[in-house]
Amino acid sequence: MSLAVAGTRHLQALIGSLGRLARNPFSTTLTLLVIGLALSLPTGLRLFILNAQLATGGFPNAVDLSVYFKTDVPLAKAQQLARNARERADVASVELISSDKAMEEFRNYSGFGAALDTLKENPLPHTLRVLPRSDAQSPASVEALRRYFAAWPEVDIVQVDTDWVKRFNAIIDVVQRLLAIVAILLGAGVLAVIFNTTRLEILNRRSEIEVTKLVGGSNAFVRRPFLYTGALYGLGGALLAWAIVEIAVLVLAQSIDTLAALYGTRFSLQGPSARDVGILLAAGFALGWLGAWISAARHLWRIEPRA
Amino acid sequence: MIVFDHVSKRYPNGREALTSATFEIDTGEMVFLTGRSGAGKSTVLKLIALLERPTRGTVLVSGRNTSSLKSRHIPLFRRQVGVVFQDHRLLADRPVFDNVALPLVVAGMSLKEVDKRVRAALDQVGLLGKERMLPMELSVGEQQRVGIARAVVSKPPLLIADEPTGNLDPDLALEIMRLFRRFQDVGVTVVVATHDLHVVREFGQRELVIENGQIHDEAADHLPSVIAVR
Repeated sequence: MSLAVAGTRHLQALIGSLGRLARNPFSTTLTLLVIGLALSLPTGLRLFILNAQLATGGFPNAVDLSVYFKTDVPLAKAQQLARNARERADVASVELISSDKAMEEFRNYSGFGAALDTLKENPLPHTLRVLPRSDAQSPASVEALRRYFAAWPEVDIVQVDTDWVKRFNAIIDVVQRLLAIVAILLGAGVLAVIFNTTRLEILNRRSEIEVTKLVGGSNAFVRRPFLYTGALYGLGGALLAWAIVEIAVLVLAQSIDTLAALYGTRFSLQGPSARDVGILLAAGFALGWLGAWISAARHLWRIEPRA
Repeated sequence: MIVFDHVSKRYPNGREALTSATFEIDTGEMVFLTGRSGAGKSTVLKLIALLERPTRGTVLVSGRNTSSLKSRHIPLFRRQVGVVFQDHRLLADRPVFDNVALPLVVAGMSLKEVDKRVRAALDQVGLLGKERMLPMELSVGEQQRVGIARAVVSKPPLLIADEPTGNLDPDLALEIMRLFRRFQDVGVTVVVATHDLHVVREFGQRELVIENGQIHDEAADHLPSVIAVR
């Protein structure tokens, strides 16, 4: 068999499968809807994770240290120590927050303005906010930096702000595992739906399969249209899932913008990237093909021509 | 072309359809397989078309032992045997053209060649011009002729038919049998199972009678039919 003939056969099987799907619009639509909904869930969840990471502005990597001086350390001394800290190779930036500035900020944001006015003196210390260089953010390097600051006699406490970063990362990790579970379960669901749809299709076309085998159709020939139908279901379902997710993004975008504005950030909801869409479509195609293949392998061999 | 050597066939339900049957059919012969219904005519055809394998004994078709043929070679084997059924086994939802084209399509023939061959086959059975019709729109005799066109479209060296005239009136039956004879005339080996003794007498071909699972070769009583007819 030449390549052209082989190509023609595949094209025939593809067109035949498309034709059969088009002839039963109701059941085809229902099957596509089930697959589309099943695929849209993990896609949506993945988008949620990506947007959550974007919205928090890449916190996961930001580890910084807050160095609190003792309250009796004068500002000049604090400034000198800040200069020393900037000399270090593992330090990216050092910001000095004087006690006055800290007080002002606290007054503005805490809502305790009037109460603070009754205080005779400023109880807040001068503070350094130290951001380690990106190549010095391992727990060991951060710990070394913490010890360096803690050793200064002028320093009261050094706080490493990793706890909440750890918590955030842990939450993301949980959601990511959830995504994996959802993806596996719904993927299995899609496989089952296509398996069963293919099984019914095979039973419906039993006499056609018998006659085809009778006139010398090989198993591969008999199986081919079912594989195409399965793959088309998977691909169609994936396209539907893509549409569902894009519509959901469109519906949510405005309220997310409003919410972001209220929080004073300029975040806007991201739709699925080209890569995500590619993965979705490939997964749909593969699940459809595989489901049909398993079903055909399970059911076709039992159909042999009777005389 | 066909050799049965002490062939027995017992079905899973315990019924022995054929007991130690031995006969040969030469290339280019036309043979009638007769006997009462249930005598084992269909079993012989199933064994030839490899729809069944013998329980004991050897069946050779075109020199190949059907018992030792691997299942992946069965499709190729079946393309060498044209089969006609009493109920014609056409696909009701496909037009005549698609039904006849099926053996060529599964063999991977180019569309142009398929078109040519299908028209030739339909011409041979007198149905040219009815390609686009559905089997339901044809008469019973025409449906049977579509079945025959499908069986011969790939020009198999062997044509077998199971009660091809069972549903037809005597005139139509004769017409169908004449059609089979025309294929024999061009070198095709033809085996027809029938209980229509009237038709068999009319044609005077070699007759294999099956009775209680045993084969009696009527040709043994007189001259070989191939010679007798010509």
